[in-house]
Amino acid sequence: MLVETGNSSPSHLFTPDLLTGVTCRVAVPVPGLEAFRGRDVISILDFTRSDLESLFEAADSVDKLTSQAPLKGKIVALAFFEPSTRTRLSFESAVKRLGGDTLVVSGEDAISVAKGENLADTVRMLDSYSDAIVIRHRYEGVALYAAEIAESPVVNGGDGRQHHPTQAMLDLYTIRTLKGGVDGLVVGVLGDLRYGRAASSFILGLTRFKPAKVYLISPPPLRVREEVLMQLDKTGLGYEEVEDYRGVLPELDVLYVTRIQRERIPDPGEYERIKGSYRVTLRDLHGRAKPGLKILHPLPRVDEISFDVDNSPYQAYFIQARLGVRVRMALLAGILG
Amino acid sequence: MDAGEGLLVRRIREGTVIDHVEPGKSFVILKVLGFLDEPGERRISVVVNAESRKMGRKDIVKIEGYFIGEEEEGIVAVVSPRATVNIVRSGRVVEKRRVRPPRRVIGIISCPNPTCISRKEREPVEPVMLLVDEEGPVYRCGYCGTLVRASDVPRLIRV
Repeated sequence: MLVETGNSSPSHLFTPDLLTGVTCRVAVPVPGLEAFRGRDVISILDFTRSDLESLFEAADSVDKLTSQAPLKGKIVALAFFEPSTRTRLSFESAVKRLGGDTLVVSGEDAISVAKGENLADTVRMLDSYSDAIVIRHRYEGVALYAAEIAESPVVNGGDGRQHHPTQAMLDLYTIRTLKGGVDGLVVGVLGDLRYGRAASSFILGLTRFKPAKVYLISPPPLRVREEVLMQLDKTGLGYEEVEDYRGVLPELDVLYVTRIQRERIPDPGEYERIKGSYRVTLRDLHGRAKPGLKILHPLPRVDEISFDVDNSPYQAYFIQARLGVRVRMALLAGILG
Repeated sequence: MDAGEGLLVRRIREGTVIDHVEPGKSFVILKVLGFLDEPGERRISVVVNAESRKMGRKDIVKIEGYFIGEEEEGIVAVVSPRATVNIVRSGRVVEKRRVRPPRRVIGIISCPNPTCISRKEREPVEPVMLLVDEEGPVYRCGYCGTLVRASDVPRLIRV
């Protein structure tokens, strides 16, 4: 039991001094990515605008990284205690393209957790078998907890409803690639902003740039959580909460859509009441959306974007998924050197 | 202290008086400070629901022969943010101060979020609360970010 006294409130959700004993095995840092060397990746707020811009520049020239094989001889543990397709496979692809190897743990059934081993012991084991750990878990705070235990760098692959920093990185990178940058854009974030970690991390990631305005669009039960709004208020990001995307559609340069996180809604009755409450269709977009509007989605999609949008110029979600490998390559190269 | 309070509990000569405690919180404070489990030689008096001009009703805790420290004051502030601490020596109040919420509280306040890692069974992890607004006070779970207000604290205190 410990109480600390003092006046200053922490400027950050995760104060670095919570991370005890984190040391890293690293080689020569990748030029331009020195700031990433040996770092844990817990929240998108761990990174400054300058950090992210360096990362994006490295992602632009990722082919150069491939030829250098900076992860040769390195092993990255991919511990996914929750289902994953894109995140796990894109990390795996990124590691292999950089010349490294992976240890993959999928679900709790296949490992000693099913025999009653706690997470701390599992993390210690992964730490001793690998050079970095990418972890996904349904409990919020697991990545930070793992980072406190492990000596190797820990990358958050999604912790419950809270953070998904590498998704936010690739989302911002996609906007930069397709729109030339984030500054000055009007961005709509539509969907489950309460339980969706991708949405929360994307919104927090926007605070590192200067969008003209951010519309937070959701049915009332799925509004942004209070603690996230508190962070937005601190940064002075201009935002407005609305319920229907169609009202703000003509203003938008980017529309980020997410599915309802059925698995995280405590009351199944609530899910039944709100499912299908929003849907982006080509019919709604025609004549009302800006010609340059880009629609992003972290995927998987359920029914929130109709299939007829897929072949329209608005579609950017498949491009976004593809760019994820580049961003994760740059990130891992920066962390492991 | 309010007039007439002496009728309920006599003045102390040496020790600490925690005044302006939110009604009903005095025993929580004593429990969290460990005085209920290990009172030692200390004589402790508690007044519950005394009249107060400032607060309407309040609790008062008097601990004879013991002077509480800064860390313990932080605990008092977490449980009852508007409390005051009076240090009494030779029958006179020599110091009177309002408690201040600590910047970081570890192991005392549970996170209300059932899927926070700090709530997971069989994990060697203590809940960490970070102060985000001194006026509330409002804390934020260091692991999952969930906000905790002063009014939530009594039900979340780990005793």
